[in-house]
Amino acid sequence: MFGKLSLSAVPYHDMIVMSAVYGSLLLTLVILGLITYYRKWTYLWKDWLTSVDHKRIGIMYIILSLVMLLRGLSDAVMMRAQQALAAGASYGYLHPDHFNQVFSAHGTIMIVFVAMPFLVGLMNIAVPPQIGARDVAFPYLNAVSLWLTVAGALLVMVSLGVGEFSKAGWSGYAPLTELKYSPGVGVDYWIWAFQIAGIGSLMTSINFLVTILKMRAPGMTLMRMPIFVWTALCTLVLMVLAFPVLTVALAMLTLDRYLGMHFFTNTFGGNMMMYVNLFWIWGHPEVYIVVLPAFGVFSEVAATFSGKRLFSYTSMVYATVAIMVMSFVVWLHHFFTMGASPDVNIFFGITTMIIAIPTGVKIFNWLFTMYRGRVRFTSPMLWTLGFITTFSVGGMGGVLLASPPADYVLHDGLFLIAHFHTMLISGSLFGYFAGYSYWFPKAIGFTLNEKWGKRAFWCWLIGFYFAFVPLYILGFMGMPRRMYHYSNLAWHPYLIIAAGGLALILLGVLCQMVQLVVSIRQRHTARDLTGDPWDGRTLEWAMSSPPSVYNFATTPTVYDIDAFTDMKEKGIAYQKPDRYHDIHMPKNTGSGFINGILAFLFGFAMVWHIWWLAVLCALGMLFLVTARAGDDDTEYTIPAAEVEHIENLRYRQLASAAAMNRFAGGQVEPEILPQV
Amino acid sequence: MKRKKCLVMIGLLLLFGVVFLGGCSNILLFHPKGPIGDAERFVIIVAIALMLIVVIPVAVMDFLFPRKYRSTNPKATYMPKWSRSAKIEWVVWLVPAVIVTVLGTLVWHFTLHLDPYKPIDTGAKPVNIEVVSMDWKWLFIYPDRNIATVNQLVFPAGVPLSFRITSDSVMTSFFIPQLGSQIYAMAGMQTRLHLLADEPGTYLGQNQHFSGRGFAGMHFKAIAVSPKEYEAWVQKVKQSPDKLDPARYQELEKPSANYSVTLFSSVTTGLFDRTIRKYNKTMNPIPGGLNMESHSMHLKTGVSEGN
Repeated sequence: MFGKLSLSAVPYHDMIVMSAVYGSLLLTLVILGLITYYRKWTYLWKDWLTSVDHKRIGIMYIILSLVMLLRGLSDAVMMRAQQALAAGASYGYLHPDHFNQVFSAHGTIMIVFVAMPFLVGLMNIAVPPQIGARDVAFPYLNAVSLWLTVAGALLVMVSLGVGEFSKAGWSGYAPLTELKYSPGVGVDYWIWAFQIAGIGSLMTSINFLVTILKMRAPGMTLMRMPIFVWTALCTLVLMVLAFPVLTVALAMLTLDRYLGMHFFTNTFGGNMMMYVNLFWIWGHPEVYIVVLPAFGVFSEVAATFSGKRLFSYTSMVYATVAIMVMSFVVWLHHFFTMGASPDVNIFFGITTMIIAIPTGVKIFNWLFTMYRGRVRFTSPMLWTLGFITTFSVGGMGGVLLASPPADYVLHDGLFLIAHFHTMLISGSLFGYFAGYSYWFPKAIGFTLNEKWGKRAFWCWLIGFYFAFVPLYILGFMGMPRRMYHYSNLAWHPYLIIAAGGLALILLGVLCQMVQLVVSIRQRHTARDLTGDPWDGRTLEWAMSSPPSVYNFATTPTVYDIDAFTDMKEKGIAYQKPDRYHDIHMPKNTGSGFINGILAFLFGFAMVWHIWWLAVLCALGMLFLVTARAGDDDTEYTIPAAEVEHIENLRYRQLASAAAMNRFAGGQVEPEILPQV
Repeated sequence: MKRKKCLVMIGLLLLFGVVFLGGCSNILLFHPKGPIGDAERFVIIVAIALMLIVVIPVAVMDFLFPRKYRSTNPKATYMPKWSRSAKIEWVVWLVPAVIVTVLGTLVWHFTLHLDPYKPIDTGAKPVNIEVVSMDWKWLFIYPDRNIATVNQLVFPAGVPLSFRITSDSVMTSFFIPQLGSQIYAMAGMQTRLHLLADEPGTYLGQNQHFSGRGFAGMHFKAIAVSPKEYEAWVQKVKQSPDKLDPARYQELEKPSANYSVTLFSSVTTGLFDRTIRKYNKTMNPIPGGLNMESHSMHLKTGVSEGN
């Protein structure tokens, strides 16, 4: 009836795991209790869970990402604590089986359930308005993607208390992930969480690709798209091309594990090198998938807070496209030490180095965007400044690892760990944080507290250096990654410093939590009445904050890259249209959410071999999607009169903002505010 | 305020420098004991130096530009429409391109030179060693001497070492940091590695690639001794009561962590090849099917009889 699942799957005896389980359960209960207490269930269901509005979906993606970030960070704390303790005679506080699960979960969570949802969330919030669209091309598909990602994340969380998670690393190299060497359900949890979220990402990419290519406002040629849209576009192309490879690789591994096939086994003609190749054919583009959108954010932020056009837009676009193309011909640099001939290694080494050229160009373009500008040191700008230097240093490590001779000694050591954390933390995460504070007022309606934002930045930046410089050194000292215990005492002091660095990073995270609480409490004074708190340059700042459901009452016409700056200069930024029209918008539907639940149950059933449930859920999903496809009544109309009413409120708000600005005595630069 | 932060940053950097230098003798990769590791250190240092040509200006500009063009400094030039400069474009595309070209050429040369499969030519006859990676220990077979060891590698300094490497379990990576290059060990396949120790000494040897529960204990001592001492050591091993025959091998390959050093006075011939062959059984042998002996890869499956 329940396959392999029995009550013994819950690790009652393990204090550490159980406290995490109880903690998570308690937190969930508190949240559910609060929702019930404040009678918010209907609101939650009607306005959020069933929503197909890209803005709400974006916010939900980012909430998921932030929650999972906390989980990923607690994994990091456990690893750093273990390695700070387990030297020589001491074996720390974690069993190797537990430690191996922790680092496998850390990697999987940070890439698939923090980075991916964060960047997709930012795209959801910013891409449609930046191109002047009212929603994405397929709003329902967007909701399905979100809930599939949530289902994957939930599977990882459930593995904490029911069974175990993979002990074979986030990259799941075969044959360690084969049944012979990993007989437990851990690898299956990893497979299904990864697979379900990956399919969600694939659908997102198709959705946004169509959105960007087909739904741009009149006048917005490709070379007039905001740079964030360009980076999103390149990311989406990467996703469309790379994710199917992951899907297939995981499916083959699934067949090995479930049906006794031999794609990657040691025996009967299986070949683990095939898995490694397939994984990195997805895995390397994935690196650029998580970093390119952040590059886009940095570009927007640098231009906005320098009060100046982005330096050499064309060069930036070509650099992005070059990175996109090149990222598909570098995957082998993840395993130079596999024994390929020097010719193969040279080819992939040099292609990897070539990527450094467009990346370098981008760095200089951000620097020259500030040059002759008027730089405002807001927190998004600080993240950008911190990123530029840190990322360049990390890039140095990247080129080093791209040289096969250097990689022969640095591979799979802590140098590699330090390198990719530099790239992912300064490159991606700092970018997402910049985007978070940059677009927060747009999505929510008030600005975040700057004081706490800056504190968070400094803690993160300094903590980062303390946490990862020791790891670079340890790499040169020959320390391999993923060690739950080591007898070389020379490594010990560096690992203690690294743990201290992580403590500083945690302080930064604490500042971010305080920032959120303080900002919510001060929301009335920090309200963004104009919709343009930063003197923005692109179309999303033309909308109110938060935007009305239809984004734009009338579709704007674009004449310049910095479309909104152009409008403000021409004095047509807040022009009332002659008349309003009816607007068609997609209806909310619970189908996406239920699909997510079914996907979660499907994954869970597959992990535990509960076949009847798996079949039921698969049929249920098929039915839901088919039923939705056959439903013709998926839109509703907002009558012109209602649009006019909403827009009039908005104009009144703008007028009061202008009055407040005059009252404030020019505290805010006057040209920032609309002339009504 | 800004200046204070800058001072704090400089202080932190200095602190890192001190910590780095303090532990300097432990920085194994900067203290190689053989020509391979030596050349690899050279590549690392040259690459870092070349890249600093870009990274240092970036760091300086990242500090100076926002400082000079801060919004509270009305004296600085403000050109909100300025976004193009052919001169700057040429420099930012060309300088990295030139550096990558130089570095690429260097890497090309050194990758060929440091090919792990390339024998080291010193005129001396190399010592052949067969390495079998097991859960979670290393088996070293000396085919020319008909002896074997577990978790201890002894070899003469100044003589090239020729390794044939395979795995009897999951994928691992055989690595002696101070001698240079590492290479994967994979079941059913043989990888090659050539190393040389310049001077006698005890070096750290380890599995660099995560391989499961006992991974952290999967390291060994790589001991380079004088040729004379090596001969004496071989004789000592020959005295060991332990013999490595297929039965003992089966016992050895059972997963075990922190296996103590074991010496075998004799080894059944062809044990290494047999280990590879055992993974190359197919259900339906298809001629030419899944043949990994392609020209682009060195990796070989199915070592032929008598190889």
